[in-house]
Amino acid sequence: MEKKKFAVMDGNEAAAYVAFRVNEVIAIYPITPSSNMGEWCDEWAAKGYKNIWGVTPTVVEMQSEAGAAGAVHGALQSGALTTTFTAAQGLLLKIPNMFKIAGELTPTVFNISARTIATHALSIFGDHSDVMAARMTGFGMIASGSVQEVMDLGLISYASSLKSRIPMIHFFDGFRTSHEENKIEVVPDEIMRQMIPDELVHEHRLRALNPERPVIRGTAQNPDVFFQNRETVNRFYAACPDIVQEQMDKFAALTGRQYHLFDYIGHPEAERVVVLMASGGETAEETVKYLVKNYDEKVGVVRVRLYRPFSVKHFINALPSTVKAIAVLDRTKEPGAIGEPLYQDVVSAIFEHYEEGTPKFKQHPKIVGGRYGLSSKEFTPAMVKAVFDNLKLEKPKNHFTVGIIDDVTFTSIDFDPEFSIESDKVIRAMFYGLGSDGTVGANKNSVKIIGEHTDLYAQGYYVYDSRKAGTLTVSHLRFGPEPIRAPYLITKANFVACHQTVFVEKYHMLDNLIPGGTFLINAPFEGEELWNFFPKSVQKQILDKKIRVFYIDAQKVAEESGMGRRINTIMQTCFFAISGILPKDQAIQAIKDSIVRTYGKKGEDIVIKNIKAVENTLENLRELQIPDKITANRDIQPPVPDYAPEFVKKVESPIIAGKGDWLPVSVFPVDGTWPTGTTQYEKRNIALEIPVWDEKICIQCGKCAFVCPHATIRIKVFDPKYLENAPPTFKYTDARDKEFAGLKYSIQVAPEDCTGCGVCVDVCPVKDKTNPKHKALDMMPQMPLREQEAINWDFFLKIPDYDRTKIKVSTIRQQQIQRPLFEFSGACAGCGETPYVKLVSQLFGDRAIIANATGCSSIYGGNLPTTPWAKDENGRGPAWSNSLFEDNAEFGFGFRLAIDKQKEIAINLLKSLAPQIGEQLVEEILNARQKTEPEIYEQRERVKILVDKLREIDAPEAKKLMTIADYLVKKSVWIIGGDGWAYDIGYGGLDHVVAMGKDVNLLVLDTEVYSNTGGQASKATPLGAVAKFAANGKPAFKKDLGWMVMSYGNVYVATVAFGAKDEHTLKAFLEAEAYEGPSVIIAFSHCIAHGIDMSQPLQHHKLAVDSGQWILYRYNPELAKEGKNPLILDSKEPSVPISQYMNKEIRFRMLAQSNPQLAQYLQEQAQEYVKKRYQMYKHLAEMKIGSNGQS
Amino acid sequence: MDISTKYLGMNLKSPLVASASPLTEDLKGLKKLEDAGAAAVVLPSIFEEQLRAEQHDLHFYTTQGTYSYAESLTYFPEYDQYRFISDNYLELIRKAKESLSIPIIGSINGATLGGWTEFAKKIEEAGADALELNIYFIPTDLNQSGESVENTYLEIIKAVKSATNLPVAVKLGPFFSNFANFAKRIEEAGANALVLFNRFYQPDVDLEKLEVHPSIHLSTSHANRLPMRWIAILKNKIKIDFAATSGIHTSDDVIKMLLVGANVTMLCSALLKNGVFYLLQLEKELIEWMEEHEYESVQQMIGIMSQENTPNPSEYERVQYVKAISTYKI
Repeated sequence: MEKKKFAVMDGNEAAAYVAFRVNEVIAIYPITPSSNMGEWCDEWAAKGYKNIWGVTPTVVEMQSEAGAAGAVHGALQSGALTTTFTAAQGLLLKIPNMFKIAGELTPTVFNISARTIATHALSIFGDHSDVMAARMTGFGMIASGSVQEVMDLGLISYASSLKSRIPMIHFFDGFRTSHEENKIEVVPDEIMRQMIPDELVHEHRLRALNPERPVIRGTAQNPDVFFQNRETVNRFYAACPDIVQEQMDKFAALTGRQYHLFDYIGHPEAERVVVLMASGGETAEETVKYLVKNYDEKVGVVRVRLYRPFSVKHFINALPSTVKAIAVLDRTKEPGAIGEPLYQDVVSAIFEHYEEGTPKFKQHPKIVGGRYGLSSKEFTPAMVKAVFDNLKLEKPKNHFTVGIIDDVTFTSIDFDPEFSIESDKVIRAMFYGLGSDGTVGANKNSVKIIGEHTDLYAQGYYVYDSRKAGTLTVSHLRFGPEPIRAPYLITKANFVACHQTVFVEKYHMLDNLIPGGTFLINAPFEGEELWNFFPKSVQKQILDKKIRVFYIDAQKVAEESGMGRRINTIMQTCFFAISGILPKDQAIQAIKDSIVRTYGKKGEDIVIKNIKAVENTLENLRELQIPDKITANRDIQPPVPDYAPEFVKKVESPIIAGKGDWLPVSVFPVDGTWPTGTTQYEKRNIALEIPVWDEKICIQCGKCAFVCPHATIRIKVFDPKYLENAPPTFKYTDARDKEFAGLKYSIQVAPEDCTGCGVCVDVCPVKDKTNPKHKALDMMPQMPLREQEAINWDFFLKIPDYDRTKIKVSTIRQQQIQRPLFEFSGACAGCGETPYVKLVSQLFGDRAIIANATGCSSIYGGNLPTTPWAKDENGRGPAWSNSLFEDNAEFGFGFRLAIDKQKEIAINLLKSLAPQIGEQLVEEILNARQKTEPEIYEQRERVKILVDKLREIDAPEAKKLMTIADYLVKKSVWIIGGDGWAYDIGYGGLDHVVAMGKDVNLLVLDTEVYSNTGGQASKATPLGAVAKFAANGKPAFKKDLGWMVMSYGNVYVATVAFGAKDEHTLKAFLEAEAYEGPSVIIAFSHCIAHGIDMSQPLQHHKLAVDSGQWILYRYNPELAKEGKNPLILDSKEPSVPISQYMNKEIRFRMLAQSNPQLAQYLQEQAQEYVKKRYQMYKHLAEMKIGSNGQS
Repeated sequence: MDISTKYLGMNLKSPLVASASPLTEDLKGLKKLEDAGAAAVVLPSIFEEQLRAEQHDLHFYTTQGTYSYAESLTYFPEYDQYRFISDNYLELIRKAKESLSIPIIGSINGATLGGWTEFAKKIEEAGADALELNIYFIPTDLNQSGESVENTYLEIIKAVKSATNLPVAVKLGPFFSNFANFAKRIEEAGANALVLFNRFYQPDVDLEKLEVHPSIHLSTSHANRLPMRWIAILKNKIKIDFAATSGIHTSDDVIKMLLVGANVTMLCSALLKNGVFYLLQLEKELIEWMEEHEYESVQQMIGIMSQENTPNPSEYERVQYVKAISTYKI
């Protein structure tokens, strides 16, 4: 027999591995956490890998999950073996087709990395709310609980579906299984061939639509026959469970791994049994084994593998007859139901079993249901034990929750967080790293080294931050002699590594370290200095737990080895050197071999430097001699300052500190409402360098503030009187603009909020005439400036904002004085989207209501713990919400409808109350022009007077009007999202909304890929760019969205690129908002997914425009009304070849490095297209238009 | 008329060689040069920095921002293999060897010792007939002695020579305190030819932006005096071959270089300016001159005006304009 092949992979890869091999057509669309399955398949197809029949599957990205489902349905109906992957809202979008596919008894498998459906909030993490929402589609449902099971049951799903004709949802827990790396036994292709017999494939093909033997499907039926016809499928569902079991048995005969529809594990005479599915089953199984072995507890677990069709017979057979109490655990919530779905199925099953009259149980078991693990909430052995303890009670709590503290409706049961079943044989290690330092990559590498090159087993799971810049990552690694089945985070580590020195001052890392454990820290200190650097509680834990401490100045070693800031290889080497997992020499050699494997294809130089780093590491790793007493008098600081609002301190602060799991139900708002403007309290201090202003040479152009992605560099113009208590280092100068004569001008950086991206310095046009190295802004180390600049920042904030009505908003130098109402977001350092978002907040924030499509902007705009949308000094600011990805235009359109309606009602009431209010005020309010800041200010003043008057009027209409009088002041509706939304999934809605002619402003942040899900191609991706789902380069031209929208004639359309022409950007935003109809701004947004230097992104805007790749224009229907051509072309003829632009960005260069001929061909095509497209726009812009708007 | 010459152990049909330039960067250009009569071609230099930067760019930009946020753990697909400029370069050599009959001279450019010197071996394996080693180093360290700079050059030459069996020509600038001595040491280090001299791209100042830019200007005939002098001085004093480069624009320039001792003349600016078929004209004019002056072969001409052979060797040692003027007065 062939030697068993083991490999380390995560659940997504395991699912994709099988799917790719047993399918011919794969339709995909990105959604977390399932995107990787599609990415793998696309990548393998691009490389020409084959399925088990020697064919490369066709992998096609669609415009949405609904589109993918439609393509799948069509391909299935036409005879191809077809599959897809998705999660969460994506699965919901597939449901209509799933009913059809199942109704037509069409075999397929949808692989689902189960994820939370957005309700009061979005969550990317895992639970079963999505698959449960699809449970009545007629699809079968098979649940996998581990990476190995994903591979095994994935194959069994395909085999069962083909045989039974019931399509299957094969699901596993999002993130917990989809992203957990584990060592698994790979199913060989030969076994797959045996599991998927040709005759079943042939039968599938024979059922296909084919004009050679035509039939029709999808008829419309009437009350006379639909019902009966619907019942014809019953026998297929009845036969399905046995077919699935047959396939499981066949698989067991081939591989030795046996599964059952319901696997029972536990005491043969168990009295208490838990029923659940997916990864929670692994935890329950291991806990049961532990309790039976160590305490002889009569407990057991039923792991549900085939959830639909639910076989009562198999379920009852699985339960021991001794069972007295059953707890059914659902990883979902169905508000208003008697209980969650699995609970209800179990209750019904037991009831039906009793109804049959010959019950197998010695006594009628009690059945309770409980919820656990929503949105990847930890589900640990301690919680399993708590569930069993509940079942011990005379009257166990029903409809309970476990894993949270519910102090409102008291559903939760208690658990002992100290309870642990971790084996001594398993090495458990935690690594605290920074996203950018390569910690996770190194740990993934370690798991591969151990898992694939030794007999040991390995598991890796990684917890990421909710921010994209300066993020904390925590890696949880287990290594041991037996397969590792522990789908929960490590809390009893025997090794903890701190890869960034400052973390020791912020996080309670040693809480999870066991006594006698090892702590490794990267620090630029040694000996006593290092000890004294540790906060008090850290020192105490080291002494109390007798922790061994090792240290290395990894930064120094990295620099000396030519590695820059990447300390990953160094810290990985330390881990192997200290942990003793492998003999040291063997470990070091394994790392070196792995370096060659990992980096070899990217060039010898990278390999040489990494190997040098390994060698340098061993020379610099030291053990700290632990002093015998605590010397520190400071401790880990609270995450938010004392002056923060109560809610921030009570709710957001624990979340920042990583203690969110312990927040009880009572502290949360009931409907997802959250306060804005709280990022200001989370001082993240992630910048190594911050800009320093030279007021003497600054020309006060405002560009630095304009381009700042995080609103951390601000401008104020103010009366000198406010300088009275200025701190000594606070900088200011005379304001230069004549309108500001006699006033002072200051540019101030928020030192603790700045990400250090350097874009402000990049844009700064001023060089010191006597020292050109020095600009009006220079980057300087943050640490020495932090304290002083924090004081200056506080002072700066206290200076009143300049009167908005006096600012000339049409020039950047003045407009940038407007206070940003979008600040310190979690966007990447140097983000290309946020300057536009911030601009909206500055110009219109005090009257803006924003609909935000799911994507980067909804994540940096609304991901907890803190919120970047802020308020001005009057308490006004953008009201913001995210509905979905696909409906954003419609969602925002709804805002406009509601605002207009309430305004209409207010006007009617106003008119009816005119005699009491006073005719003059009413007339003024009704006829107010609200185009400029002063006009809006005046209207607000009038409405204030109105409200005062209404208070005095004793009439129900007056009370009604008071509640909606606000709507008499202009509201600016903004609909913001990325290109994935606007070009693809939401295009239908966008198109419809602009066609409706209402006054909404759509801002498309065009990064030309799905940035938030990791850079998958969209229809905005330019020709020749490499992206995920376009691994061989985008083969089609970028969709010309502006052109399409312009065709309506009554839509304001502008394309902008702030790095190429910032004043043009400003003008477009002003015009768009002023236009009383639909406006679309398509904004070139550089992105980390372009593979560019994020500290110097503006050159990319410029090159994109100069090469003609991005044409700047404004189409203003107002001009047509004046008899002018509405199209103004703001770009000059392309002046540089497209190659100059394309060669600047890795997304294009990568193709040249993988397929030079294709890259060359596409580049030539791109050049041709750019020229033609420019000429087309030029021609249109130069057309003479008559006064009636006709040419 | 025999206009053939020998360079780096190769028999060349004429002394007209196309030096590294955009004209030699692709197969189309190379074939055109062969058709126009080039006796050999030097491929564009592959730079040490290029080899490194390309790897680092790819690695850095495809990994920046990865594994930081759970939804976007990476941003690019992974390929099993990447092609680098170096791969394309080697591919060009292979293809050129397949379709051209004239010798192909590979060229590498570097300033430090390092793994990149191994690239010489790959150039050999790809089929190049010879290698031009272009050393371009501007010492700016106030504490580095001239000798140590020279030693670095020699170490690089030795490293490259030990990596390959190809004949190696060393191309470098003129700025050494005693170039004659240094040339001798270069020969001792194993070089087979000297290519005199490298034209440095000199930086220029952008007055508006207060930025320094590299500026690229095509040479003029005037630039050929410096190589002319040094080839003349060194010819036969050391035994290695000489290639004259910089400022060779006319057949007169070619002839002068041969007379002072160059085995070949390298053309770049002249071809960029006049097109590659200018080579035909140069060849024709060379032959005409030889006929007119009754030379039968280029071999006969090479070095007859070297310092060793010239009736007035001190002319090559003149350094000052004033002296030249006073001589004129006499």
